[in-house]
Amino acid sequence: MTVSVTLTVNGKAASASVDPRMLLVHLLRDQLQLTGTHVGCDTAQCGACTIHLNGRAVKACSMLAVQANGANVTTIEGLTGKGDKMHPMQEAFRDCHGLQCGFCTPGMVMSACQLLADNPKPTEAEIRAGLEGNICRCTGYHNIVKAVQQAAAQA
Amino acid sequence: MTDMSMSPMNQMGKPILRREDQRFLTGNGQYTDDIHLQRETAGVFLRSPHAHARIKSIKLEAAQKSPGVIAIFTGQDLADAKVNGLPCGWLINNKDGTPMKEPAHPCLAQGKVRHVGDQVALIVAETQWQARDAAELIEVDYEVLTAVVDTAGANSATTLVHDDVPGNLCYDWGHGDKAATEAAFAKAAHVTKLSFVNNRLIPNAMEPRAAIASYTKHDDSYTLHVANQNPHVERLLMCAFVLGLPESKVRVIAPDVGGGFGSKIFLYAEDVALVWASKRVGRPIKWTAERSESFLTDAHGRDHVSTAEMAMDANGKFLALRVSTTANMGAYLSTFASAVPTILYATLLAGQYATPAIYVEVKAVFTNTAPVDAYRGAGRPEATYLVERIVEQCAREMKIDPVEIRRRNFIKTFPYATPVGLTYDVGDYDATLTKVLKLADVAGYPARKAASAKNGKLRGLGYSCYIEACGIAPSNIAGALGARAGLFEAGEVRVHPTGTVTIFTGSHSHGQGHETTFAQVVASKLGIPIENVEIVHGDTGRVLFGMGTYGSRSLAVGGTAIVKAVDKVIAKGKKIAAHLLEAADTDIVFENGEFKVAGTDKKVPFAQVSLTAYVPHNYPLDKLEPGLNENAFYDPANFTFPAGSYVCEVEVDPATGVTEVCAFSAVDDFGNIVNPMIVEGQVHGGIAQGLGQALLESCIYDKETGQLLTGSYMDYAMPRADDLPSFKVDNCVTPCSHNPLGVKGCGEAGAIGAPPALINAITDALGVRDLEMPATRERVWRAAQARA
Repeated sequence: MTVSVTLTVNGKAASASVDPRMLLVHLLRDQLQLTGTHVGCDTAQCGACTIHLNGRAVKACSMLAVQANGANVTTIEGLTGKGDKMHPMQEAFRDCHGLQCGFCTPGMVMSACQLLADNPKPTEAEIRAGLEGNICRCTGYHNIVKAVQQAAAQA
Repeated sequence: MTDMSMSPMNQMGKPILRREDQRFLTGNGQYTDDIHLQRETAGVFLRSPHAHARIKSIKLEAAQKSPGVIAIFTGQDLADAKVNGLPCGWLINNKDGTPMKEPAHPCLAQGKVRHVGDQVALIVAETQWQARDAAELIEVDYEVLTAVVDTAGANSATTLVHDDVPGNLCYDWGHGDKAATEAAFAKAAHVTKLSFVNNRLIPNAMEPRAAIASYTKHDDSYTLHVANQNPHVERLLMCAFVLGLPESKVRVIAPDVGGGFGSKIFLYAEDVALVWASKRVGRPIKWTAERSESFLTDAHGRDHVSTAEMAMDANGKFLALRVSTTANMGAYLSTFASAVPTILYATLLAGQYATPAIYVEVKAVFTNTAPVDAYRGAGRPEATYLVERIVEQCAREMKIDPVEIRRRNFIKTFPYATPVGLTYDVGDYDATLTKVLKLADVAGYPARKAASAKNGKLRGLGYSCYIEACGIAPSNIAGALGARAGLFEAGEVRVHPTGTVTIFTGSHSHGQGHETTFAQVVASKLGIPIENVEIVHGDTGRVLFGMGTYGSRSLAVGGTAIVKAVDKVIAKGKKIAAHLLEAADTDIVFENGEFKVAGTDKKVPFAQVSLTAYVPHNYPLDKLEPGLNENAFYDPANFTFPAGSYVCEVEVDPATGVTEVCAFSAVDDFGNIVNPMIVEGQVHGGIAQGLGQALLESCIYDKETGQLLTGSYMDYAMPRADDLPSFKVDNCVTPCSHNPLGVKGCGEAGAIGAPPALINAITDALGVRDLEMPATRERVWRAAQARA
């Protein structure tokens, strides 16, 4: 049995026929070929699959694709503007060397955007608490914190 | 070597932003699971739910009839096809000269399963769901056996993990001068003794392992896309030892790889089974590990149980160090497992100190747990933890300041031959220690401690002065020590007609930023814009050869291979330029991207020489081949010896056991630095993993059943942003004496140096002697209560 799902992804209409047990992250990755959203765990802990759903950061592994029917989804690919112009948060991650292997990065960036949307001028402690749902194994978070601080200062 | 310091194109030592970041930040990275091949099928492994069991029967009928199933393979199929087990790449001999035990390591279980997660069957289906559904229908009749779990108890356990390995003993190895060590202990004024558990860790690169194997009938060849740190080594081991295929028929591609930390060095059973099965199925097979599978089957790290004794004279001068260690190999010998607690561990036990005599014994044991192998630091964190903990304890017992006892015992003249087989070429341990004392504001510590005390908190300060051996390794030395492979690196410089350059390197970048650092080196040497340099890695079909990335070797060994190839390009370019400028070869100098006749204004730019090489109309064809393409292999003359001094400051709440890492200061000596931004990032990440080991992380198996109790991120405490402070990082430079870049390697330092600094700080705060890693709140609280 399959179920049809219609949603808006990065500003464009998308529809797919999915297995009812399919997770949203697999719809994005495997059917819509948006492979910037990553799967780093199977317990909703690592945050590598973080996207924006109707303007809120959510873990795309924690909901079924069918639950996203009618939703407005932004992925890391959609954060980039026209002509590959990066979002200020993406720029800040590059400027501050806030990424190494790059695997956690899309989810980290999406979470960081949400963090600043909720709290435009966070303290270091607030940034660290706000990113607690995203695991990075490479950077030790030091430069990720700096990147969020830079993005906040420029906003 | 060409002097690059004056060139306007000189990029050395600059914090150039990373060239790889655009793709990673915009979702355009291409990791193995992002790749889809035509007619791809899905592979799923059925894994053992038991730590130790005999397989009485496997019933496949129901699963084979399940929708979408294409094929199911078991260990019997691999045995019938005469597929060998996985090899171990390093032979260790016992004290009595006999070789270590190397029990069979089948790619799919044959007869027995030996750890939870051991692979029993490979199910290939049209979709992953169908493969998983079919896996549920396989009936395996297990006779559950007693599990051997405990590292310290494995040797005396009555159960055998492998029937042909008595006492579960892989090897019983000794290193150093036992008689000299005993003699030094006999005359010691004081002996300090400590026992240690170096806690078992799970590497947890954020990208789970993944592989796509495909077979092409038209030329009878295989391609394996795999999340791996050294695709040529993977191919070599798989072809030569397991599948008996010619390397010319196998291409291994390691595309973007989401972190490795050692765990993606190894040849894994899944990779081999997938490659073998891809021909049987006639279609590509993709497998991506779930995180649960990563926990169960990625090679784990550390897991040592040790005792150490330091003999001193009355002034706290170290006379001798005596160490006894039991190291857990897990259920099977992983690719480099045997070398980690021996060659990469015992040889580092001198640390930064002129201890004249050292003797170490290491027993390696098999248990019913996942294989244990190299994890960031690999042996060197275990050595450093032991040395730096006991040195701190020596200071406490001798009532000597921990800084002073280190200074009193530092090696001060170089080169220095340690009693455990290494020769340190350069270093300045006083310099890094002096610098870190300022960076950490140790002078202001008493006031901070008093302020903490006013709030009912206990403040502590801990030091760690680590050394590591990187740039692995001189092949002849490694060979004499049991390595079954060379440890050189290969590089190729392909100059294109228009003067742009593609570099092919056997090193592999999975977060280290080689596409930037290596390009900085080449652009600086050739005097061309960095945009004109492309770095290619991770593909046996494009790169001539490679030994890969581990042991902080990429720039020191791989970078040097590239430098050597660039030097050959320049040497040939001089001959071409001499012809164009009508001068003698010996009169040509290469500066700032131009070939010049020395002492004149006659010159020709690099791009004109390259064009001439490919359009050889005016060219000395009688004595020079056309083209401008050079290879180099570089085998290092010695290890490199990064070293540094770390200071950790903690505040402990004795009422709750909560430890706050207030400050962490690191001063490293990595030799010359090409990109300080990237180097600092490597240090940050290493420190985070080191603090993770010391404060949070621990892989725990149930002692009775061998079930992994820490099998998810809900149970295994990964360091998160709010567990760590920002770090203070600086460096000193004594350039490596034996490679042209003067570099030593920076990838593992933090993970090596951080754990003892943290535990020394907490034990200082609490005034206790022993505290096991990780220093969980419960352990710290209990230690605080016992003290009260």
